[in-house]
Amino acid sequence: MAFVAPKETYPGKVFQVGIGTDKQAVFGGENVLTFHSFEGNVPNRALVAYEIQDIPPDDWSETVRKVYEGVSGDPVTWAKYCQDTLKARAIALRLLGTHPDRENRSAEDAIKTVKDVLSAIQVPLIVLGSNHVEKDSSVLVAVSEAAKDKNCIIGKAQEANYKTIAAAAMANNHKLIAMSELDINLSKQLNILVTQMGFDKERLITDPMCSALGYGLEYTYSVMERIRLAALTQNDTTMQPPMLGDVGMYVWKVKETQASEADLPHWGTLEERGIAWETVTAGALIMAGAELLIMRHPKAVEAVEKFVDELM
Amino acid sequence: MALTGVEIFKLLPKTNCKKCGHPTCLAFAMKLAQRQASLDACPDVSEEAKKILGEASAPPIRPVVFGAGSKSVKMGEETVLFRHEKKFVNPCAIAVEVKDTMDDSEIQKLADSVMHSEIDRVGQKLRVDAILVNNASNDAARFENAVKAVISKAPDVALILATNNPSAAEAAVKLVADKKPILYGADDSNAEAMAGIAKTHKVPLGVTAKGLDALSALTEKIKALGVEDLVIDSGARSAKEILEANTLTRRAAIKKNFKSLGYPVITFAQRDDHMLEALVAMLGIAKYSSIVVVSSIEKWKNLALFTLRQNIYTDPQVPMQVEQKIYKIGEPAADSPFMITTNFSLTYFIVSGEVENSKVPCRLAVMDSEGLSVLTAWAAGKFTASKIAQFIQESGIENEIRKKELIIPGYVAILSGAIEDKLPGWKVTVGPREANGIPAFLKSRA
Repeated sequence: MAFVAPKETYPGKVFQVGIGTDKQAVFGGENVLTFHSFEGNVPNRALVAYEIQDIPPDDWSETVRKVYEGVSGDPVTWAKYCQDTLKARAIALRLLGTHPDRENRSAEDAIKTVKDVLSAIQVPLIVLGSNHVEKDSSVLVAVSEAAKDKNCIIGKAQEANYKTIAAAAMANNHKLIAMSELDINLSKQLNILVTQMGFDKERLITDPMCSALGYGLEYTYSVMERIRLAALTQNDTTMQPPMLGDVGMYVWKVKETQASEADLPHWGTLEERGIAWETVTAGALIMAGAELLIMRHPKAVEAVEKFVDELM
Repeated sequence: MALTGVEIFKLLPKTNCKKCGHPTCLAFAMKLAQRQASLDACPDVSEEAKKILGEASAPPIRPVVFGAGSKSVKMGEETVLFRHEKKFVNPCAIAVEVKDTMDDSEIQKLADSVMHSEIDRVGQKLRVDAILVNNASNDAARFENAVKAVISKAPDVALILATNNPSAAEAAVKLVADKKPILYGADDSNAEAMAGIAKTHKVPLGVTAKGLDALSALTEKIKALGVEDLVIDSGARSAKEILEANTLTRRAAIKKNFKSLGYPVITFAQRDDHMLEALVAMLGIAKYSSIVVVSSIEKWKNLALFTLRQNIYTDPQVPMQVEQKIYKIGEPAADSPFMITTNFSLTYFIVSGEVENSKVPCRLAVMDSEGLSVLTAWAAGKFTASKIAQFIQESGIENEIRKKELIIPGYVAILSGAIEDKLPGWKVTVGPREANGIPAFLKSRA
């Protein structure tokens, strides 16, 4: 029996999203499952953004903190280091210092940080809140205005605060991350709610919530696969925005990236273990369909970029 | 699925005799199509129908076993393309390459580290499953010698013997035939000889060709020679090629019931860059390989790949569970906080992680709730005041701690009174609803 390659074509495709102004970055746009270029178009690489934050990363794991020693005290220096030395294609600035349990910085502080970082870099900027539902809705509205027309990604809008954040992102010409918790139906519902406000679905990014290798990765993996299948096979436009894997912050707090080799000799060297944890988590999410990743360790980013080179 | 219920029905006796336990032949046919019944249940089916149905009902990917004893490796038998549809069946084996150009001590060291690669994670024992001995020297004596060096240190580990030289293959297979190694080896130039060796020694045969076309033609040829336990390699080496070949192979087997590619797939992931190698191995594990071959087995890489394999091959319908017991986090004293939660693995990981982050030593009681998270377990009646009280009483914890205070998850605050009623002398304190509130909660008590 002769072999006939069982190739598949799909009625749907993933929206292509471009961010930034001077040096644009583009992701999404494929009409097949992740990197299935043998049966359709995969016009873009997955985009990896380097994560930085508005306060020094004192609670980051030593493995990744030491990489940014000397630059991470100030977000502008840090952002420039990622862009110029690490050749970041995008920067993700997390405004962690605005969280009431951290430094409770004001929206005005956040505006200044965002403006300073924007004027220092040419690559696109993703601006993330501190994941405090109430505080984010005031901070992200303020920074959306401050970054008007810079074509940033603003995030994350959640069910409890999407209205104000989506309205601000819309009014100021930004893209928007909509995050819900590990459930395809919640993702779909939030995307519908946001678009019902008049927000263009082609300017959305879906975050079905990340989880680290060994800590629920299989849930994120399968929710992503199901979202992508719905987008392609059912041509479900509410599921066609690109997907985000917010990898760094989930990976670098788990035991495998923290525990010393002295305590757990059978786990091997801590430095490589931590980098591998971020690398493999990000790689698995790419296989599940993520087009945008936020990561921390340059060696993990480098490995993922090489892997994407091989896939293209 | 090869045949539909109606197609199967046409082959049945159509007597509606009910001897199979189903009301009609059509009902039985439907069950057969869903693989929920066996054809053996029909006493009157014709030999011809048996043959057609037998072939059609064989698993779309042939089950193949290599290695012997407790460390033998099962492959194949997969039925779906995506893990949310149904559990992936036989976890991808991880094999490390040993070249016969390495010296004996180096080979023995590697074999020894395979023997000591086992790690326990969430109650499962995970390890490097196999050693691939590569006849890189192309010299039969060196190959045999390398196999001897491997088995001197790792006598019970599953083996893959990689050579395209039939005389080297014959000598090496003879040496370890009882260990049922895979002979990886058959290509277009040596198929008859290799099939002969595999048949004589009853070992699975690895088949390699350039591209899926040539590969399927070669497996058909080898099957006709009488060897059916095959492991296939399409020559794909880059990530792009591996993804394409593995996807098309799995689809052909499962959706088209294309038997000539319905075999376990071996993927070669070796890279000089070991972080990149981890990613290519990840690709194989996630996307349909039954064996991935790596060049090195650093402990950090093993841990990441074992964990990924566990994640991907978890049953999506059955939550991962951790063992019911009282876990010590840090070095708790007699008056350290004592908390309780359920045994859903994610609940446990997240709660214990946050307790660790707080740096406050604690005892954490993890109660069997059939793998449900706190709210779900409470709603399902698995995390109730009486069950909690019983667990606490039977645990013997009362002898270990000074103050009888139990901290319960904020989501089940409603249980606090009932637990106090059922646990005389105990004080119940309501903790935070979400695990990320634990550090602040514990620090505020300290």
